[in-house]
Amino acid sequence: MHDLYRLIDADPEFHALQRARSRFSWGLLACVFGAFYSFLSVIAFAPTWFSRPLNAHTMITTGIAAGVAVILFSVVLTAWYVWRANREFDVRNQVLLARLKQRATTR
Amino acid sequence: MRPRANLLAAGLLLPTAAHAVDGAVNRPAVAMFLGFVGITLAVTFWAARRTRTTHDFYAAGGRITGFQNGLAIAGDFMSAATFLGISALMFEHGFDGLIYAVGGVAGWPLVLFLLAERLKNLGKYTFADAVSLRLQAKPIRSLAATGSLCAVVLYLIGQMVGAGKLVEVLFHLDYDYAVCVIGGLMVFYVSFGGMIATTWVQIIKASLLLAGGSLLAFLVYRHFNYSFDAILRGAVANHPRGIELLEPGHLVRDPVSAISLGTTLVLGTAGLPHILMRFFTVADAPAARRSVLFATGFIGYFYLLIFVLGFGAVAMVTHDGGYFDPKTNAMIGGTNMAAIHLAHAIGGDAFLGFMSAVCFATILAVVSGLTLSGASAISHDLYANVFNPHATEHEVVRISKITALVLGVIAVSLGMVFEHQNVAYMVQLAFAIGASVNFPLLFLSMYWRDLTTWGALLGGIMGLTTAIGGIILGPTVWVEVLHHTAPIFPYKYPTLFALAASFSGSLVGSLLDRSPQASAERAAFAAQFVRSQTGLGAEVASVH
Repeated sequence: MHDLYRLIDADPEFHALQRARSRFSWGLLACVFGAFYSFLSVIAFAPTWFSRPLNAHTMITTGIAAGVAVILFSVVLTAWYVWRANREFDVRNQVLLARLKQRATTR
Repeated sequence: MRPRANLLAAGLLLPTAAHAVDGAVNRPAVAMFLGFVGITLAVTFWAARRTRTTHDFYAAGGRITGFQNGLAIAGDFMSAATFLGISALMFEHGFDGLIYAVGGVAGWPLVLFLLAERLKNLGKYTFADAVSLRLQAKPIRSLAATGSLCAVVLYLIGQMVGAGKLVEVLFHLDYDYAVCVIGGLMVFYVSFGGMIATTWVQIIKASLLLAGGSLLAFLVYRHFNYSFDAILRGAVANHPRGIELLEPGHLVRDPVSAISLGTTLVLGTAGLPHILMRFFTVADAPAARRSVLFATGFIGYFYLLIFVLGFGAVAMVTHDGGYFDPKTNAMIGGTNMAAIHLAHAIGGDAFLGFMSAVCFATILAVVSGLTLSGASAISHDLYANVFNPHATEHEVVRISKITALVLGVIAVSLGMVFEHQNVAYMVQLAFAIGASVNFPLLFLSMYWRDLTTWGALLGGIMGLTTAIGGIILGPTVWVEVLHHTAPIFPYKYPTLFALAASFSGSLVGSLLDRSPQASAERAAFAAQFVRSQTGLGAEVASVH
């Protein structure tokens, strides 16, 4: 393995960053998939739930509203991920790389 | 279907398609389409002059911005098959068509959270680059190229046949002629302009489609006094199934099908090679991330419009509007034309012409993206890395151009062969292969340290055979195409089973692999992991 790779792999901040990023992405993925597979499960196991109108004055069913909600939810979580990754994770990554690159050259 | 005599008449008048047949050729459509072709040809010439290296040819030199790439990805995904197809499904099945729209959007967060930035950090031109980084290049690239080519060719045939039919109805061009025009243009874009031309054609088309779709949805909305409720009331009043239109359960009748269809949609997106390839056209991982955000935004917005368009079509494309054949009672051009007829119902001939031209542009852009991705699977993955590792850049690009031409010929010929077949299953199969072969391969290589070459091969082969076998022996091909009475495999969507086969094959194959080579591959995971997380050592975009 390349020297710098070894340095990074041994660095506690790298593993802290990597764990934070991993927790965040798997957590968000669980939310999106939870929403989508719940939507599918209702269609699969209890389709009548989605046949009811939202209220007495509308034709819009809970199913249509749920579909719109899953789409909007997916877009919002995508935006949240990019916002946090670009502001927090990238900065931590750059700092980490700069520090370890310097150490690799001074050694 | 249009009367055959009319088609023949149209065929005789070709290639001057602007001639009116029964006064039925839509002049605005032809004019706008020619305008689009003119602009894209100019873009191709411009791109050809900027395409010097393989990096330019396969990855547009890494100079595409996140926003541009987001539009291009959205363009790749919003094919005519999805736009017209989902409207058609909603026209026939109402609510169940929405499953496709919701699943189409829900796959994107997965691409972002798990794949996009790691792929960008590990790969160069194709997703096989990332997978073969620590595994054996020759077998793994052959597997990835096989998965890519299967998906690309099937998707291409599906689009070709759909496109031929569409152009036949819209422009009154003869089917064979239409397929040749599409094939010729796509080969031209790809072989001369490479990824730069393909990306810009896709960006132009995506903008047109988003604008056209928005305008159509707005006009429908205005027609119903800005009330979604009124659209639904109109739809329920018009549809033979009435209120059942808004209820689930017509398209997917059993739980296994519902879950399997949903899985095909969300994982299929993450395994389509022409979409994965787009992440290499941007400069770095943050730009790759932004591309997915923009793409998801555009796709989500567009699929919300389809809610309005699908139900709007049911409400407005009625029998008294002349959109149905009085003899057979079937929609003229098939239900795929629902959205196009809706454009006519709301905006007359001029708007019909505009939407037709937009759809044609959509098809052209999508088949070009597919062709480029197929050409890179053969030239970059197979030729340059398996058969002739000493090939020069120049030779590799030349092979890609030849491959693009060959793929064009194959797509056109198969498009003609399958003219009278129902090819919807081909697009389904392309997604199933993406979900159960390409996605597991990419995912496991990046996330599972113990994956070995043998495990990947075993899993890939098991996934591929299960997906293909399931579709052929299932209701779509065995019953509908081959006319047997009962399917051997009972479910329409084999993805759930193929995915299980693929993962278990990789798992068992890798865990049983005790060779020294396997230990070396496991040991190489740590360095690959650091690179995928930090971007250190990633192929940097060359700056000119």
